[in-house]
Amino acid sequence: MNFWEYLVNRHQQLLTDAYQHASAVFQCMVVATLLGVLIGVATYRSEWAGNLATTTTATVLTVPALALIGLLIPVVGLGVAPTVIALTLYGLLPVVRNCVVGLRQVDPSLVDAATGIGMSRPARLLRIELPLAWPPILTGIRVATQMLMGIAAIAAYASGPGLGNVIFRGLASLGSANALNQVLAGTLGIVVLALLFDAAYVLIGRLTIPRGIRA
Amino acid sequence: MPETGTHGASIELENLTKRFPGSAQPAVDNVSMEIKAGEVVVFVGPSGCGKSTTLKMINRLIEPSGGRIRMGGEDVTDIDPVGLRRKVGYAIQSAGLFPHMTVAQNIGLVPKMIGWPRARIRERTEELLDLVGLDPGEFHGRYPRQLSGGQQQRVGVARALAADPPVLLMDEPFGAVDPITRDHLQDELIRLQHELRKTIVFVTHDFDEAIKLGDRIAVLRERSHIAQFDTPEAILTNPADDFVSGFVGAGAALKRLNLTRVRDVEITDYPTVTVDDPLQQIFNRLRAGGTGEVLLLDRRGRPYKWLRRGDLMRARGSLARAGTLVHDTVTRDATLRDALEAVLTDNAGRVAVTGRRGEYTGVVDMETLINSVHEMLEADRLDAMEHQHELESLRSAQTQAEQEGAGGVTSVGRGGER
Repeated sequence: MNFWEYLVNRHQQLLTDAYQHASAVFQCMVVATLLGVLIGVATYRSEWAGNLATTTTATVLTVPALALIGLLIPVVGLGVAPTVIALTLYGLLPVVRNCVVGLRQVDPSLVDAATGIGMSRPARLLRIELPLAWPPILTGIRVATQMLMGIAAIAAYASGPGLGNVIFRGLASLGSANALNQVLAGTLGIVVLALLFDAAYVLIGRLTIPRGIRA
Repeated sequence: MPETGTHGASIELENLTKRFPGSAQPAVDNVSMEIKAGEVVVFVGPSGCGKSTTLKMINRLIEPSGGRIRMGGEDVTDIDPVGLRRKVGYAIQSAGLFPHMTVAQNIGLVPKMIGWPRARIRERTEELLDLVGLDPGEFHGRYPRQLSGGQQQRVGVARALAADPPVLLMDEPFGAVDPITRDHLQDELIRLQHELRKTIVFVTHDFDEAIKLGDRIAVLRERSHIAQFDTPEAILTNPADDFVSGFVGAGAALKRLNLTRVRDVEITDYPTVTVDDPLQQIFNRLRAGGTGEVLLLDRRGRPYKWLRRGDLMRARGSLARAGTLVHDTVTRDATLRDALEAVLTDNAGRVAVTGRRGEYTGVVDMETLINSVHEMLEADRLDAMEHQHELESLRSAQTQAEQEGAGGVTSVGRGGER
């Protein structure tokens, strides 16, 4: 069976895996974004808190994905739970860091102006600071998503969902007829998904970054 | 017209002090001043003298460490600062426009926060753009980065005025624009203030700007101590001490010329004729005039040419080529400095004064100018002396009161003082 025949033959299974892969990454990204922005907003004002947040999330990133998932299995069991936790943790760093940096980069004279014309702190944050910090935050989300695409494949090790299953199956049966096709299909599938997500982010950027600050 | 709007409110600062943590000296030390409703007060002083800090304490962007602030008689030292700031317009250097919002959104921000209906915000935005000299149709949808520095500053002023606050605080608003634009913006502000009558507190380090804009100027030295708080005229002619005179700089008499307008001095009448007058009549005018010269006006009454006797001799029946064209005129609103400039560059030492539509209203020459300036300076000097006298008697009364308040050995102490 050549690669093309394999794809046609297994497209049902592959599409389901791809969908689950994308869905896992997407959902974890939503959680990571919300958490990351929250952490960023809570910490950017203080020098040490902001640095602590970025350093902590950076430390998480240095833990190998396989090891982290492996460590999570005894705690939360197999399946979806370790996948979601690992992906969310890995997704946090770029979002937190870019959020902190982005918020700190907002021109202090603009913050001063916003306060001076009578904006309350929440209003200032929502209407001025976050919109101005949004382009770097979105970049952080984009970087995080691409990273998660790859990491999500490893989730299959903990019987998580996604294209990782196809790859692992292929790797486990190296030498058999379909081994190479499986690995290839899984990898290419991830690449295609990553590209699709990236295109979506470009579109989101177009739609959500106001013309006045678009590069 | 925004005539319906709120006029100014008075501001009183009482022993206002700001101590920043970690510094031994207070940044602002015990400042007291009274700013009248509808007045433009300029804080001027060297960098780091605390003038900006003092300004920011008025809308409590910086919370005072001590003292009171009263606005329109109401103590605002402890009220909710957000509410206070919505009643106080705030314009800063380089405008501080929010780059992600359009001009209209920037201006409408405060009205939106205080819950104006959309239609009213829209109307107000258009009105304000008009007021600051920007075409609403062209500018309301633009983003700040699509505007020049001067235009941004205008929008900044419009935003500060949006909710029609009685008080306007301006922190070196024209510090970052080029000199020509700055001059324009200053003129605009003067015109605006003429219509609006807000109470404006303006911070600058440029003394000439202070003279141009201020009804009164507070010259501040370090820790925001008031070196002198008086009208520009008084500060120019009678600086309180070396610090103030150093700040006034050279050429106080010349700067004084900026403070008086042509309409305030004597404008001489000049024999005039119009282009439609028959030649004979012009001759008669010249002979009767005694100046040996007449001013020829065009059909709309605007100064056109200076005609001398010799010009007419050479003209032979046609005025087309006779005389010298009037190349410079000043309006009644021009400063004496402008008038002097024009008189100095004119080869005969006089300049025609025009009204609003460019029509002739009179002439000023060197002599009138010199006389007016002399009179002016003399009057200033008298005023200043009187003022100083008042201040001194006030001060001695105060010391007396304080010493009496101290009790005990007062009478002896006071006797010794005297």
